[in-house]
Amino acid sequence: MFADVDPDGPVARGDGPGVWCGQCGTELAGGDHARCAARAALEPPRYCMQCRRRMQVQVTPGAWTATCSRHGSVERSTWS
Amino acid sequence: MLGMTAQVTGTDILDVAREQVLERGVPLTQEQVVAVLRTGDDRLQDLLALAHEVRMRYQGPAVEVEGIVSLKTGGCPEDCHFCSQSGQFTSPVRSVWLNIPELVRAAKQTAETGASEFCIVAAVRGPDERLMEQMREGVAAIKAAVDIEVAASLGMLTQEQVDDLVDMGVHRYNHNLEAGRSYFPQVVTTHSFDERLETCRMVKESGMELCCGGLVGMGETIEQRAELAAQLGELEPHEVPLNFLNPRPGTPFGDLEPMDSSDALRTIAAFRLALPRTILRYAGGRELTLGDLGTRDGLLGGINAVIVGNYLTTLGRDPSEDLALLDELEMPIKALNETL
Repeated sequence: MFADVDPDGPVARGDGPGVWCGQCGTELAGGDHARCAARAALEPPRYCMQCRRRMQVQVTPGAWTATCSRHGSVERSTWS
Repeated sequence: MLGMTAQVTGTDILDVAREQVLERGVPLTQEQVVAVLRTGDDRLQDLLALAHEVRMRYQGPAVEVEGIVSLKTGGCPEDCHFCSQSGQFTSPVRSVWLNIPELVRAAKQTAETGASEFCIVAAVRGPDERLMEQMREGVAAIKAAVDIEVAASLGMLTQEQVDDLVDMGVHRYNHNLEAGRSYFPQVVTTHSFDERLETCRMVKESGMELCCGGLVGMGETIEQRAELAAQLGELEPHEVPLNFLNPRPGTPFGDLEPMDSSDALRTIAAFRLALPRTILRYAGGRELTLGDLGTRDGLLGGINAVIVGNYLTTLGRDPSEDLALLDELEMPIKALNETL
C-alpha cells in the first residue's frame, strides 16, 4: 500500500483496484495487512499491487518512485 | 582514571561525568559509558540534561542538517545483517541506479530545506570505475547547480579512490564502524572490522572529514555498545551518525524488535558524553524507535545534527516537522561553510 493513497485505488499506473499488498506482496483479500498499513507510513511500496512483481524503487530526500516493469511508474512526493 | 576510581568507590556516574566531561572536557571511558548505559529510567532526564549541557558547551546550539540519497540501490555483495540492500538476502529491495539529473534535483530539494550537506551513497563493497565516473559527473553537476557541501559513502576505498574523491571536491566521507569490534563478526562476515578501519584512516589522512558511526539495537550487549562508542572516540571522526536498527524484512535482523526508546535516549546521551566535541547525528531508525516525542528528547539530550527527509530505502519525517521543531527549540540550522 502507498502511504498517501486509498489502498484500494489504482497504483503503478494500473487501472483497477489492487489485488496484492504493496508492502508484503501477498493477496489483499482475506489477509490481515494491519502491520503493512502501519509500515506504509515509513516505507515505499515494494510490490506492484496489480501483478505482485517486485518494483524498482528509488527513494530521494523528498519523494519516491516505484516502477513495475509491466505497469509503469508512479512518483509520490513525501514533503509538504 | 579519575572517573573509574570515583565510580568504584560509589560516586554517582552522572556526578563523575559532570566534573570530567562538562567541566574538564575529558570524554567518558568505555567502562564509564557502560555505567551510564546502566542508569535507570529514573535518571534518564538528568542524564539527557547533562548531555545537552555538554553539547551546548562544546558544540553550541546550531544543528547541522543533511540530506542523503542512494545513487546505486540494492544488489550489494556484502552481508551486513541489518541492510535490506544486500544481494545475499531475500529482501524485496531491487537494484536501481539514480541518473545525474535526478541526483541534482535531490540536491536542490535538500538545499531548499536549509541543509548544508548532501551525501551521495552507493550500496557497494567499494566503488568500481563506473561508479567513480558517475561520482565525477554527479559531484561536478551538483557543484555547478547547488550551493551545498557534497559528502559520499561508497564503501571501502583504495588510496587512489580517496585521492580521486578529494580532487572531485568531496569534503566528507562516511564509512561506519557499524558495531564494536567484538560484535562486528555477528553483523558482517564478508569483510573485517580492520578493513573498515583502514578506509577510515585513509580518509582522515586525506584531509576529508570523516563521518563514522554505527547502529545500535542489533542485539549487542551494553558492553559492546559502549565498546563502539570508545572505538569511535579513538578514531576521532568529525561526525558520528547514530542509527537505530529498523528491522528490515528478509534480513537476518529482520525479526528483532525495535530498540526500547529509553535505551535509545540513554545511548544518545552516553555517546555525547563519550564524544563531547563530535557532531552527533540522528540517522536511520529514529522515527520508528523514538517517534516525535523522542526526537525532541534526543535533540535536548546530545544530538546536534539531523538527516532531513527520506533515507536510502525508507521514508523519514517531513522536513517541515523537523525544521519547526528546531525553530521551537531555538536551535539554528548550521550555515554552509560554518564550522560547528
